Amino acid sequence: MKLTVWTYEGPPHVGAMRVATGMTGLHYVLHAPQGDTYADLLFTMIERRNHRPPVTYTTFQARDLGSDTANLFKSACQDAYDRFKPEAILVGASCTAELIQDDPGGMAENMGLDVPVIALELPSYQRKENYGADETFFQLVRALARPVEKTPQISCNLIGPTALGFRHRDDIDELSGLLSDMGISVNVVAPMGSTPSDIKRLGAAHFNVLMYPETGETAARWMERDLGLPFTKVVPIGVGATRDFLNEVSQITGLSPFVDDSRLRLPWYSASVDSTYLTGKRVFIFGDGTHAITAARIARDEMGFEVVGIGCYNREMARPVRALAKSFGLDALITDDYLEVERCIEDLSPEMILGTQMERHIGKRLGIPCAVISAPVHVQDFPSRYSPQMGFEGANVIFDTWVHPLVMGLEEHLLHMFRDDFEFNDEAGPSHHGGHAAQRAPSVKTMDIVPAEIKETKDVSLEMVWLTDAEKELKKIPFFVRGKARRNTETYALAQGVYKISVDTLYEAKAHYAR
Amino acid sequence: MLEPNPTSCSNAPILKERGQREVFCGLTSIIWLHRKMQDAFFLVVGSRTCAHLLQSAAGVMIFAEPRFGTAILEETDLAGLADAQQELDREVERLLSRRPDIRQLFLVGSCPSEVIKLDLAKAAQRLSKIYAPSVRVLNFTGSGIETTFTQGEDECLSSMVPSLNESPDKQLLVVGALPDVVEDQMRNLLAAMGIDSVSVLPASSVKQEVTVGKKTVFAATQPFLGETHSALERRGARHLPAPFPFGADGTTAWLKVIADEFSVSDARFEQVVSAPCARAKKAIAQASKVLDGKSVFFFPDSQLEIPLARFLITECGMSAIEIGAPFIHKGLVGPDLGLIPEGPVLSEGQDVDLQLDRVLKARPDLTVCGLGLANPLEAKGLTTKWAIELVFTPVHFYEQAGDLAGLFSRPLRRRAVLSREAAE
Ligand code: SF4
Repeated sequence: MKLTVWTYEGPPHVGAMRVATGMTGLHYVLHAPQGDTYADLLFTMIERRNHRPPVTYTTFQARDLGSDTANLFKSACQDAYDRFKPEAILVGASCTAELIQDDPGGMAENMGLDVPVIALELPSYQRKENYGADETFFQLVRALARPVEKTPQISCNLIGPTALGFRHRDDIDELSGLLSDMGISVNVVAPMGSTPSDIKRLGAAHFNVLMYPETGETAARWMERDLGLPFTKVVPIGVGATRDFLNEVSQITGLSPFVDDSRLRLPWYSASVDSTYLTGKRVFIFGDGTHAITAARIARDEMGFEVVGIGCYNREMARPVRALAKSFGLDALITDDYLEVERCIEDLSPEMILGTQMERHIGKRLGIPCAVISAPVHVQDFPSRYSPQMGFEGANVIFDTWVHPLVMGLEEHLLHMFRDDFEFNDEAGPSHHGGHAAQRAPSVKTMDIVPAEIKETKDVSLEMVWLTDAEKELKKIPFFVRGKARRNTETYALAQGVYKISVDTLYEAKAHYAR
Repeated sequence: MLEPNPTSCSNAPILKERGQREVFCGLTSIIWLHRKMQDAFFLVVGSRTCAHLLQSAAGVMIFAEPRFGTAILEETDLAGLADAQQELDREVERLLSRRPDIRQLFLVGSCPSEVIKLDLAKAAQRLSKIYAPSVRVLNFTGSGIETTFTQGEDECLSSMVPSLNESPDKQLLVVGALPDVVEDQMRNLLAAMGIDSVSVLPASSVKQEVTVGKKTVFAATQPFLGETHSALERRGARHLPAPFPFGADGTTAWLKVIADEFSVSDARFEQVVSAPCARAKKAIAQASKVLDGKSVFFFPDSQLEIPLARFLITECGMSAIEIGAPFIHKGLVGPDLGLIPEGPVLSEGQDVDLQLDRVLKARPDLTVCGLGLANPLEAKGLTTKWAIELVFTPVHFYEQAGDLAGLFSRPLRRRAVLSREAAE
């Protein structure tokens, strides 16, 4: 038993829904109680889908238990078949149905339906959403895909995108464009956008592009073994990764990796002088393994940040994330405990977070800017404009997304120049943001005279006192670094055994932390 | 003033359906209960699905650390039950040592905990002994096999009834969680009529004592409190049936039943309600310009459907095509049913595919439904109102009557505005 407040991933059957909802001509009959229908709103509200997920829930109740939950399942399955006429049916159990052991797979197979029935066994008490998507897609492919004649022209499949995926919709377009520039056509994109008939002709491609290992790797490995389709290992997020990806595709196909990159702007934007202020910004990276790994490379090599922490929430990716962290001289944080991530961020006090919507909330609380790089998704992660993460346009989008929460270079300079101007209010935050930046409630009180009875103890929050002059000096520091200056000074003072912070303490701390 | 309708829905046949339901489970109630009861923690004993449901229903309301959480059962817990009880003790101990501000702990059952027959009543008793008197530990079910959506609140409140202290005095007990601002408005209205011994279940903290006894009368502000209703009757309290306090007339009717019980003179009643009632009518009139003459179709969601349909029909000039409710408790919604003219289909339970067929055939002007159905129906050209907002937003009593009508008129106004744009 483990107490959980917020979760990064849903249960595995939600992963199966992401596969089913991304496809057409497929229906998922899920043995589950009524409350589990909440999952529909993820797709209709967050992703703004204009149709219901193709899922029939049996919605058994307590009174059905022990009597006829099995019959309920059979009639739900038959009704779904009659009403939706799918090309194939997925059947499975949610966490509760797993416990009552009705064996939906066995029952559905015995119903004599004239379409393929694919039974899913997703262990709800051990695994999570990404596993559920990966396993479901694998089972579908294994059940339906067979060796078929190759397309005459070199073609590939795009593997891994699902419903409710982080920018999957636009990544598909971006990669299709890049591959087409190389002279490669796309045979099938799956699961998102495909039908069961499309799954049957996956083998017509010459190779697979594995877009998201989280949701497509098991299927890609099976196709490599059973259909002889090699698959790409580089995930093309970032400029360097995109070029590596093109080279990898070139090696598989023998085609030239040089494509038109005239619309790529990240390298120049990053080199231009306004970006000088990005140098050495301390960033903390957290997300799913694939997005965290790709973000780390971009952060260090393409933006000039300093990566101070990296981690992922999906244990399946622990190994590559640990290896990458090691190459950065860091220990990876592998956890799905939101509170642990929060503690880690607090300890590291980075200048920026590259994380998920969860870290965005942590950042809001701590006054640290955050850009979102990975699922779990939020309605904001489905912008109406084209905004891929992959390929050259993806790199441009990433540059804009990451600098957006920060104060622009020239603007930062002006803030320094004008901070003493009485008409200038530095509480207002970056000029391109509405409202104002998160303010940290002062953790300590300002006092003119320290009362004699204050005894020195180890409790920093109670005893640390900012003298008036020091507090005034602190106010002169621009707001976007003030929180950090305050924390650093307090940490420094504590280490020095100083409990009254003066202007001197402030500057000694500044010197101590100077890079 | 509302007059019972001689040809009302009171005895209309009810279409009972038993197919796929598209409703939340009772765990969802925790989202508003934890905001209301500020010293309580709701510990769901369930699965990752339960945790994910709570998070999805809470939407973006991510605060530092909310006063609810899920103890997720793992493979090891499913193996042996004695084990799960010990695990629970350990999680509770950790939780309470980290959150010394907690005064009430609710252990909330889920489908998995019920299927494996994890005895949370026993756990609550044991933990109560350990943590008394500083923390009170109770249990209730929010499972989807036992409860839908708002029934979670019903289960929670009814779990508190047996432990309420006995009071021999004549008093009014109001049941149903209301936002503080609304509760204060209600208390002020009652106080102005001279009704002072009023308590509300749930109270916002354990410090505010709620009592019950043979001379207690109770009024419900929410129609989904069937179990709480029975539990209070078992304690000797008497229910005051009334229409629910939605809109101007609904509020007046609800207050009038209480006023009569406490022998408030007509003159005094008039004096207290006339100004806010007139204000409410004005506000409703504003919003209902758009609603007048339009038709509405309710999917089952919160059990608020019948009282809300009453409001839309008798105060906003709408007509109803179908009023679906997950459960119809006539003892509670009877007075509202008696005010709805015959005509609409009354349905209980659900078969969502059949109901979707009906709504697409009827093409009502406004469809009130859950979040899973709203966008798909909008895409088919229907105008929808998400039902969940009716539970999360202050909508009771006079001062919110205009807001309530506005919740229904806004989607219609929006469609009108957007189609004008498209037509140009
Ligand atoms: S329906 Fe049951 S399993 Fe599903 S979220 Fe609700 S309590 Fe948990």
